[in-house]
Amino acid sequence: MTSTLTISHLTKRFAGVEALRDVSLTVDAGQRVALLGHNGAGKSTMMKIILGLIPFDGGAVTVCGAAPGSAAARAQVAYLPENAAFHPALTGEEQIRHYLSLRGEKPAQAVDLLARVGLGDAAKRRIGTYSKGMRQRVGLAQALIGKPRLLVLDEPTSGLDPVSRRDFYALLDDLAAGGTAILLSSHALTEVEARTDRILILSGGRLMAQGTLSDLRRKAALPVAISVAPAAGQRDALAQALPMARANGDGRLHLDCAQDDKLAVLARITGLPQVADLEVIPPSLEDIYSHFSRRDGQ
Amino acid sequence: MSRILSTAANEFRIALRNRWVAIAVVLMVVFALVLAAAGAAPTGDIGADRLSVIVASLTSLAVYLVPLIALLMSFDAIAGEVERGTLPLLLTYPVSRTQILLGKLLAHLAILTLAVCAGYGAAAVAAIWADPASVAGLPSLVRLIWTSVLLGATFLGAGYGLSVLARRPSGAAGLAVGLWLGAVVLYDLVLLALIVSDGGGALTTQALPALLLANPADAFRLFNLAAAQASAAAGGMGGAAAAIPLWQSALSVALWPVLALALATAAFRKVTP
Repeated sequence: MTSTLTISHLTKRFAGVEALRDVSLTVDAGQRVALLGHNGAGKSTMMKIILGLIPFDGGAVTVCGAAPGSAAARAQVAYLPENAAFHPALTGEEQIRHYLSLRGEKPAQAVDLLARVGLGDAAKRRIGTYSKGMRQRVGLAQALIGKPRLLVLDEPTSGLDPVSRRDFYALLDDLAAGGTAILLSSHALTEVEARTDRILILSGGRLMAQGTLSDLRRKAALPVAISVAPAAGQRDALAQALPMARANGDGRLHLDCAQDDKLAVLARITGLPQVADLEVIPPSLEDIYSHFSRRDGQ
Repeated sequence: MSRILSTAANEFRIALRNRWVAIAVVLMVVFALVLAAAGAAPTGDIGADRLSVIVASLTSLAVYLVPLIALLMSFDAIAGEVERGTLPLLLTYPVSRTQILLGKLLAHLAILTLAVCAGYGAAAVAAIWADPASVAGLPSLVRLIWTSVLLGATFLGAGYGLSVLARRPSGAAGLAVGLWLGAVVLYDLVLLALIVSDGGGALTTQALPALLLANPADAFRLFNLAAAQASAAAGGMGGAAAAIPLWQSALSVALWPVLALALATAAFRKVTP
């Protein structure tokens, strides 16, 4: 089966500065892929290239078997911009009816689409009166039109409250189950961890890592932190037994160890009579993200 | 086609809510009625019916007002989409840039036609009410309506082009005012200065007809005055109108909208959002 989106060795320069360097990736039908990176990492640039809005300098991009931005690609790709904006004088329903017509769909579906994103009651109000979150939902509603084969979402959950976010990801799950490939960008790894099949980390225009969360965790091989609580009155004795541990003000001892040594270190600590309790703290998602996004010295 | 119509319907709705339809109609009706009242005085001694005289006056009015209304409606067309941030999303839809421009044009032309018909119609009703013989002037009124729509299309196209080039509504507005002043006001003043300084020499006889035809507003005036044979009532351009064959001014009136829209489309195609 061919991938819905294939990018190979993509390079894009803006006035001599490389915004994207040798980026290769694929997104298959039904896959939910998160694109992570800080501001200026090249996320939006890559999305605009996939959508055919801006040209690229090197490499190859294939969207649904066609060139990005071609009529065939545009008919099968839906986009949600970072800050979805619409004409304030139109109502939500009028705007969606128009988008439906542009996609060759029946305008009468507008009411259902708006209801799906929780805007059923506001459909007849002008978009000028909407909050940021409501405008984002109009944007989401237009992205759902006509079962797109590829959905490109630029920071789709910014401006949504936690409950709306959950509803939003539920909608994505439905689409992915129907075979839609989804590429969404985000700042926060914590948000996308449970909701996506694969994670791409972009930094300085380069793809630093890609894989499932456990892949990334393994590749990063960040040290595990262990926090040990001494038994009453045994603090100094424990510190002597664990010379590599640091004492913080909280009365506990802290030490780091590599993933592979974890079991050996734990066995040693649990064997010590001075220990009252211990906690193992795996590297956080933010640690893993920072590890990959700063590897090039940024 | 449904994409163009949907775009047009959307634009018309927006113009209606932004009061553009009302502004254009009121502007045309008020000016046309004022002219109808003022232009009624000289009839009788020139042997033309009341409406034909009013049409000659309306032609002079349309030369200024139609391009102005067209530019006011069109300067925001693309620059406004850029500023609101709605253009990138629109361009990811399976709709061509030509279709987008044609949709906007259709809506703006409909508004302009509405305003022109309301204005000229009001003047015609006033003329026929005062002098039933004025119905003889109706053909020239119809001609004035369709040429006004074509003149409007030319300046709508020019407005879209400026809107694309400026990328910001404020810049596009400035360019639109500049174009209006240049094409409608200054152009004629410069030609007048040329004629005066040339004193009826080769420049006046050879270059002037071409220069008049090259300006859509002048070609519009020439065509209507020559066609209506109301030169006597209009004065000024009468001499020039008689010297230039009717088909030439008609061609200029018909070609300019196509040219302006082709340029606007070409400019819009180059835009990377």
